[in-house]
Amino acid sequence: MSELRFEAVSVRYGHGRHSMTAVDDVSLTVPSGEIVGLVGESGSGKSTLARAAVGLTPISAGRITLDGRSIDVRSGVRRQLQMVFQDPYLSLNPRMSIGQSIGETMPDRPRSQRSAEVRRLMQLVDLAPERMSQFPAQLSGGQRQRVALARALAGQPDVIIADEITSALDVSVQGTVLNLVRDLQSQLGLSMLFISHNLAVVRYVASQVVVMYRGRIVEHGPTADVLADPQHPYTRELLSA
Amino acid sequence: MKKRWLSVLRTPVGLSAGLLLFVVLALAVVAPLLWSGRADHVDTNVMLEGASARHWVGTDDLGRDLFFRVLVATRLSIQLALVATLIAVVVGLALGTLPALVGPRLGRFAVAVVNVAVAFPGLLLALFFAVIFGVGAHGAVLAIGLASAPSFARLTQTLVAGVISLDYVAAARSAGIGRFRVLLRHVLPNIAEPLVVNATIGAGGSLLAFAGLSFLGLGVQAPQYDWGRLLGDGLASIYVSPAAALAPGVAVVVAGLAFNLFGEAVAKGFGLTTQLGRLPEAPSAPADVPELDTEHVLDVQSLSVTLPGGLRPVRDVSLRIRRGEAVGVVGESGSGKSLTALAIAQLIEEPVQVTASRLRFRGTDLLTGSHRRLLGTSLAMVFQDPMTAFNPVRRIGAQLAEGAREHDGLTRKAAYARAVDRLRSVRIREPERRAGQYPHEFSGGMRQRALIGMGMMGKPALIIADEPTTALDVTVQAQILQLLQEIRLADEVALLLISHDVTVVRAICDRVLVMYAGRIVEDVSSLDRARHPYTRALVAAVPTMETSLDEPLAVIPGRMPDLADVSVGCAFAARCPLADDHCRQVEPSLETSPDGSRVACWHANDLALTTRGS
Repeated sequence: MSELRFEAVSVRYGHGRHSMTAVDDVSLTVPSGEIVGLVGESGSGKSTLARAAVGLTPISAGRITLDGRSIDVRSGVRRQLQMVFQDPYLSLNPRMSIGQSIGETMPDRPRSQRSAEVRRLMQLVDLAPERMSQFPAQLSGGQRQRVALARALAGQPDVIIADEITSALDVSVQGTVLNLVRDLQSQLGLSMLFISHNLAVVRYVASQVVVMYRGRIVEHGPTADVLADPQHPYTRELLSA
Repeated sequence: MKKRWLSVLRTPVGLSAGLLLFVVLALAVVAPLLWSGRADHVDTNVMLEGASARHWVGTDDLGRDLFFRVLVATRLSIQLALVATLIAVVVGLALGTLPALVGPRLGRFAVAVVNVAVAFPGLLLALFFAVIFGVGAHGAVLAIGLASAPSFARLTQTLVAGVISLDYVAAARSAGIGRFRVLLRHVLPNIAEPLVVNATIGAGGSLLAFAGLSFLGLGVQAPQYDWGRLLGDGLASIYVSPAAALAPGVAVVVAGLAFNLFGEAVAKGFGLTTQLGRLPEAPSAPADVPELDTEHVLDVQSLSVTLPGGLRPVRDVSLRIRRGEAVGVVGESGSGKSLTALAIAQLIEEPVQVTASRLRFRGTDLLTGSHRRLLGTSLAMVFQDPMTAFNPVRRIGAQLAEGAREHDGLTRKAAYARAVDRLRSVRIREPERRAGQYPHEFSGGMRQRALIGMGMMGKPALIIADEPTTALDVTVQAQILQLLQEIRLADEVALLLISHDVTVVRAICDRVLVMYAGRIVEDVSSLDRARHPYTRALVAAVPTMETSLDEPLAVIPGRMPDLADVSVGCAFAARCPLADDHCRQVEPSLETSPDGSRVACWHANDLALTTRGS
């Protein structure tokens, strides 16, 4: 696992008078083996930052590095960053079996090894490996999100970016996904940027918390400190809500 | 997939079109093998004869039998049409997927090229190409293929654009999978069905176009012949022997219909996603005994919602809401909570059936007669996504005013004034200016306020709010809940708040109904006093600021049974730590306790004891 660093990153949409700054000069570090929680309201730029890191949105200024190496969207570095999306009903191809979905992100290797690796990953995320040939429609929301996590792990990433991975799930299954995230972090020493609008969820999984507001970082620190003594008015509002 | 193709063949249109297509294709294969000899047999004794017993549709100028010529021509006609369609599909696919493969700039160019090509009339394009490629079968195939390619490309582009913005494509791209592979594995399989359907219909079109070109003499040249050519030859003597022209004409129509109808039947079959079955007998409901009841705004007894096919997503729900009372409904997705709300608001239409033994709103029986007027006057409905609840192309003020003009007969001006007033009362700043704006100019929270304002246009006695804060930010969510609370207290408006979020319901409701697998399993004044193991598990599963960080979060193992699997016994038994054989065999009924709370659990009392003991 390694360190993901955003250095003075800006993302702007549009040109000239109509341009809109979604992310404004954000510097942020996800240290090796830690989970950093990123909170903010919708439109604060937190998802844009995530999409920029995996190359889905071009950045207009600054740079994003992994262990000091710049992430070039076109280079293979991208595989080392994997993203898990909000809605597991949308993020899995309905025409591909679970095994195929997980296997797809794997680096090239012989077929037999590939299948063994898929089984291992499915066990890691508490899914019975026999379900490998099933399709997403046969799974519940929580199970799908675990498939999405397994798919991200299959790419052998250095850092995982989790974008609101529990907000589309029922409370009864949200817990299983959060427990899994914590387990994986302690077992594998995952580095993770964990995006959520729910402070209670972030508090449970993250060691550090970053608060974004209107494209900027307004507060940053160890989770316990920020929650105990919030400095920015927005953080206070979030806490009181 | 296979099932859906088979189900297409089960419809009358699908079956007849399928058979017709089969006959046409079989003829295309078999006819030349069997009858070429007779079709090419020159007999100068019977030149240009009319229909007779020997020559059913007559003979041509060399005395060849026209009936067999029409049959034998099937192969060439179908072959040419299919090749032209193949060209259209291949070129169309290439052009249509190009924007997804190349960069944005080249992609825009490809889109522009298709746009221009689509704007050209197809037949004109075909004539143009026919001139370029020269007269003859090859030229005509290329011409028709290329002429129908643009519309296919346009369809592909639209479908690709729809799929490529989906999360699973983004997931694959962010995982470092190449564009071509993404296209092949993630995009094309998901748009294949409409493309296949359109290609089938396109084949019918090509067949007609080809017949047209050959008829004009631009297509197949002698000594080869297809239907268009036979038609052209026969036309000269149509007054002498009409059958010679009519027979190939009929062949073109039949084959064209076979392709088109089959395509249409498949398209229809694939578009149909709901299973239609026989409506089951509505469960018999005991007659309502009317009683004078001024205390309750809403009185519902054994409400059920039945889907075609007999599945019942809502079963036997009974609830009463007092004037000014706030009642919350919680449950997981699929528990039937939203359907219950829609059923109460009379927003469920055929073929879904709503039955109840009593459904009274302010003393009016909703089960008989039409009550469309209720919505917008004394019953207000607030939905999860305020963006879809407003018409995007009309101004907010006008949309609010519409109901008041309709229901209360206000003038345009008075209704608008009331709209502005209501926007002010839901605390939208500068309501005069805001009323003149469109929904997209409002933020999510403001739209939800405006929607609540719309509900306040009449004088509601009950607001039904279905997940009103789920789409909103946490900070905005608190404001909306407070607004609902204030409205409730100011005018004694009752509130039925549906939410999957236990904390939201807990914040403002006097009473909470918990739904599981279509039934109310608990009705309790405070979630802290819950006795049903499901309610307790649900409350425990929500992480709060006080949750211990050292232990794993509480979870409810398993999942809610599917509608079809709801069988005997308690629906929660499979996930319940207290379940025994009795639970699995007999479904507990919703029992009322002395304190007015209701619970459906065989072990409710054991639970109460254990908590008291601990």
